[in-house]
Amino acid sequence: MQNDIGASSLKKKQKVPLKIQLKNGLGRLAYGSALPILAVLLALLAGAVMLLLLKANPLEAYSALIIGVFGSVSGLTQALVKATPLLLVGLGICIAFRASVINIGAEGQIILGAVMGTWFALIFRTWPGWLLIPTTILAGFVAGAAWGFVPGILKARFNVNEILSTVMMNAIALQLMNLLIRGPLIDPAGVTAGTYLAQSERLPEQVWLARLVPQTLLHSGLIIAIVLAFLVYIFLWRTTIGYRIRAVGLNPDASRYAGISVPVYQALSLTLAGGFAGLAGVIEVIGVQHRLLEGITSGYGFSGIVAALFGGLHPIGLIPASVLFGGLLVGADKMQRAVQVPSALVDSILGLIVLFVVGSAYLSQRWAARRRIAAIKSIEPIQSAQVKQ
Amino acid sequence: MTTKRTFFILLQVALVVMLLTSACAPAAAPTSSEAKKVRVAVVMPSSITDMAFSQSMFSALKAIQAEMGGETAMEIVYSENMFKVPDAAAAIRDYASQGYEIVIAHGSQYGSSVQEIAPDFLKTTFAWGTDVNTFGMPNVYAYTAAAEEGGYVNGVLAALLTKNKLIGVTGPVEVGDAKTYIDGFTQGVAAVDPAIKVSKTWTGSFSDVALMTEAAKTHVAAGADVLTGSSQSVVGSIGAAKEAGNVLWFGTQADQASLAPALVVASQVYDWKGMIKEIIKNRESGKLGGDAYKLQLSNGGLMIAYNPGYSLPADVKAAGDKAIADIKSGAIKVEP
Amino acid sequence: MNELLSTSIFIGILASAIRLATPYLYASIGEAFAQTSGVVNLGVDGIMLVGGFSGFYVAMISGNLWLGLLAAMLAGLLMGLLMSFISVTLKAEQGISGIGLYMFGLGLSSLLFKTMIGTVKTIDGFAPVRIPLLGNIPVVGEIMFNQSLLVYGAFLLVPVAWWVLEKTTLGLKIKSVGQNPAAADTLGVSVDKIRYFSVCLGSVLAGLAGASLSLSLVNLFQENLTAGQGFIAVALVYFGGWRPLGILGGALLFSTVNALQLWMQVLGVNIESDVMVMLPYLLTIAALAIAVNRTRQPAALNKPFERGEN
Repeated sequence: MQNDIGASSLKKKQKVPLKIQLKNGLGRLAYGSALPILAVLLALLAGAVMLLLLKANPLEAYSALIIGVFGSVSGLTQALVKATPLLLVGLGICIAFRASVINIGAEGQIILGAVMGTWFALIFRTWPGWLLIPTTILAGFVAGAAWGFVPGILKARFNVNEILSTVMMNAIALQLMNLLIRGPLIDPAGVTAGTYLAQSERLPEQVWLARLVPQTLLHSGLIIAIVLAFLVYIFLWRTTIGYRIRAVGLNPDASRYAGISVPVYQALSLTLAGGFAGLAGVIEVIGVQHRLLEGITSGYGFSGIVAALFGGLHPIGLIPASVLFGGLLVGADKMQRAVQVPSALVDSILGLIVLFVVGSAYLSQRWAARRRIAAIKSIEPIQSAQVKQ
Repeated sequence: MTTKRTFFILLQVALVVMLLTSACAPAAAPTSSEAKKVRVAVVMPSSITDMAFSQSMFSALKAIQAEMGGETAMEIVYSENMFKVPDAAAAIRDYASQGYEIVIAHGSQYGSSVQEIAPDFLKTTFAWGTDVNTFGMPNVYAYTAAAEEGGYVNGVLAALLTKNKLIGVTGPVEVGDAKTYIDGFTQGVAAVDPAIKVSKTWTGSFSDVALMTEAAKTHVAAGADVLTGSSQSVVGSIGAAKEAGNVLWFGTQADQASLAPALVVASQVYDWKGMIKEIIKNRESGKLGGDAYKLQLSNGGLMIAYNPGYSLPADVKAAGDKAIADIKSGAIKVEP
Repeated sequence: MNELLSTSIFIGILASAIRLATPYLYASIGEAFAQTSGVVNLGVDGIMLVGGFSGFYVAMISGNLWLGLLAAMLAGLLMGLLMSFISVTLKAEQGISGIGLYMFGLGLSSLLFKTMIGTVKTIDGFAPVRIPLLGNIPVVGEIMFNQSLLVYGAFLLVPVAWWVLEKTTLGLKIKSVGQNPAAADTLGVSVDKIRYFSVCLGSVLAGLAGASLSLSLVNLFQENLTAGQGFIAVALVYFGGWRPLGILGGALLFSTVNALQLWMQVLGVNIESDVMVMLPYLLTIAALAIAVNRTRQPAALNKPFERGEN
C-alpha cells in the first residue's frame, strides 16, 4: 500500500499529514467516527429485509437475539467468553493494520497457539499452576508469533503478498492440527476405550484458568485480554517501536527517508499480530475447552477482523466492540434456538457490516473534507470570492 | 485521541453499559409446566432429516412423545447441525441451565463437553453417545450401538452380491460406531469370501458430504460395485451410487431405502426407544445416570431392514437371516 | 491383473484430477480478469457458495440444469456488482471488503440453504459426455474426453481468456487500467467502468465455479460446500503469474494432489492423508517465494483510483 505524496498535497490547501493519512485506505478506517455504528444499523436493516423475504418475523428474531444475550446471566457471560478471543485477535489485527498489513492469518495463528499451549501444558503437567499458566500462555504467544512471522518475512524479503501467504498458512495450520489430534496428541483415554476421538488429552487442572462466575464459562482470560488492550494502546502510542509501526503504515515513503525500515516493521507487526491470535488460541484452550479439539477457532480469526474494524482499529475501542460482537455471536445461536432462524443470518450480517464499514470510510473522508472546505470558506470571504471568479 | 475518537468510544461504552444493565432485570420466569411433563433437549451433529444418525434419535423421541400423549406430556427441543463442538457445548449448557431434565448429547464428539458441563448441573440427566464412558458421574448415561453386528450381516449380504469382488467403504472419521460398523462389515465379507477386497476411505469429517461424494466416486471408478458407509454424509455416497447406476448400497443408522429405491439392499436401523423409555422411568425413581446402554440385535435395539424395492435373491436373504439369528444366539461373535 | 489395475488407476487419478480442476479454473481465471484490472477480490469463495446454491436450488425446483447455471451466473453478477460498488466506487480497502464479501456469501448461502432446502439432497447433475472420436483414444480419451460439459467449459475458458486478454482491445484496456490507471484515464478509458466489468466478469465466473461443484462434481449443496477453494483460486492467480496458462498449470497441480490423496486411501496406501492435503499449500508458498514472476503483477493492484490524485 504505497502513498503518493507528491502532487496531491500541493493541490489542496490542507494540512499535509491529515490528508495523507486519510488517503491511505486503512488510515481512513482508523480515523472513522460514528459511521461504523451506522454501518451496523444498516446491516441489521438489511438482515431484517432478508428475514422478511424468508417469511420470518424480524422483530421476533432480533428480540430473541437481544433478550437471549442480555436477558440472563448465562447469555451475558457467554457473550463475554466470546469477547475474550475476539479482543485478543482484534488487538493483533489492530497492530498489523496500523502498519498497513492485513492479517488474514488469524485462524491459523489461533490454531498454532492452541496446539503449542496444549502440547506445552501436557509436557510440563507436573508444574504448579502459578508457573504453568504463564509459561503455557507464553508458549502459545510464541507459536502464534512464529506463524505470523513466516508471512512477515516472506513479505519483507520476497515481497510475497501477505494476504496470499496467510491464507495458505491457515490451511496448513488446520491440517497440522488435524494430524496432531489424530496422532501424537490424541487422547490416550480415547485410545484405550477404542473410540479414537479426534481431540487431545484433557489438560491438567492446575493450568485451567479460574472461573469468574460459577456454572458459567466466564474465565480470567477476559481480564488478561482487557489488561493487554491497555498495554497495546501504550505500546502503539507511547513507545518508539509503536510509533514506528504506525509511521510505516501512515506514510511508508517518509518513514523510509527517516531511516525506518518499512519491511522490518511490517514483518514485526505481522509477527505481533500472530502472537496475539496465538494468545487467543491458548486462552481458549486453558480457559474454556480444557483440551484441544476440532473447531477450536470458532471462526474467531474472521470475526476478530470485524470486531477490529468496528472498534475503529483502536485498542481501547476494541473492548466494547468485542463485547458487542461477542453478544451478537451468542445471540445468533439463541435466536436459532428460539425462533428457528438459522444463525447463519448473523454471519451474513457480520459480512455486511464489514462491507459497509469499509465502504463508509471513504464517504466519511469525503464529508470531512467537504466540511473543512466549508469551514475555510466561511472564515475567509475574500479568498472564496477570488475562487468564485 | 481526537474528540471524534473519544466520542465514538464513549458512545460504544454507553451502548454496552445500557445493555449490560438490562441484564440486571430478572430473567423471565419459567412457564409453569404440568407436574408430570417430561422436558427433553437433544443436540445433534446433523440435520433431523439426515436419514442416518441424527434422524434415528429424533424420530425415536417423537415416537415416544406420541405414545405418551403428545406435547403436553413430553416437551422436545432440539439443536441440529451442531457439527462444531464448541457450538454444541454452548447449546448443551444452555439447555441444562434452562432446566431441561434430560439433555441428550447425540454425538461421540460431544463427550468432552458433557464431561465439562455435567458437574455443573447435577440435577440434570445427561445422555451421550455413541460411547461407553459415563465419566464416573451419577448423572451421565452413555450409549452405544453394537453397529458391528448389523455391519456383519450387511457384509455377508454384500459379499454374496458383489460381482467385481471389490467393495468400497466410505467412512467419516475412524471412531465410534462408524469404526465398529465397518469392522463388523469387513468380518462379514471375509466370512463369505476372504478373496473379496474391501477398500476403505476415511474422509476425516462427519459433515463434509462433498468429500464423501468424491471418495465414493473414486471407489466406483476403481471398480467397486457395492458401497457402504456411515454417518450423515452418506447422502453423497448414495448419490454417487445413483450416478453410476448399478452400484448397490448398504446403509446403517437408519432405513435409507427411500434415498435410492432401486439400489439400497438393506439398512441396519437404530431403535433408541427402549433406551429412552428406561431413562425416563429411571428418573422417576430417582436414578439420574450411571449406566451404559448398548443397542444390539438381541435386545431389539438394532434391526436389519430389507428394502422391498430391491429384489433380493432368496438364497442371499436366507444367508442374511441366518447371520442375524446366529449373532442373536451368540453362535457368531462379532468383534468391534 | 496387477498391470490392468495400474493403468486403470493411472487413468482414474488423472480423470479425477481433470474433474477436480474445474472449479479452480473458472474461479481463478475470473479472478485473473479482476486482478488484471487492478482489483483484488478475496470474496471469491463467498461468491462461489452463493452461485453454487442458486444454481442447485433453481435446477432442483425447475428440473432444468441450464436454468440453474443461468441462476448461478446471475447470483455471481449480483455479488460482483456489490463488490465493485464497494471497492471501485466507494474506493474501500479491497482486501478487507473481499473478506467481508466472503463472510456475507458464506452466511447468505448457508441461511438460504437451511431455510429453503433444509437438508442435503442430491440431484442428477450434468452427466459425463463422451466426445465422439476423441473420446475413443485409448488412455487420453478416457481421461480428458469423457467428462461433463462444465468440465469442458472450464478448459475451453483457458484459451478464450488468453485470447481476450492478449488479442483484443478490451484486454488491452483491462491491462492498462491495471498497470497505469492515470494514463489510461487521460487516454479516455473509463477506469471505473473497466474495473466494474472485470470484477463482474470474475464474479460471474466464480458463480459458475460454484455451480460446477453443485451441479456437476458432487451433485449436491451443503453448507460451506467450497471449504476454502475460492481462496486457493485467488492464490492460483499469483501462482500462475496472471496468465491463463499459468493458472491452468497451478490448478492441475492442486487437483492432481487432491486426486492422489483420495486414490491413495482407496488403494489402501498408508500415507497420512493430512500430510497429503497440506502439500498443495506448502507448494504454493514455496512457489510464491521462489519462482513466481512478480514483475507481472499489475502495478495498480489493490489501489483504488481517484482522478487527479495519482
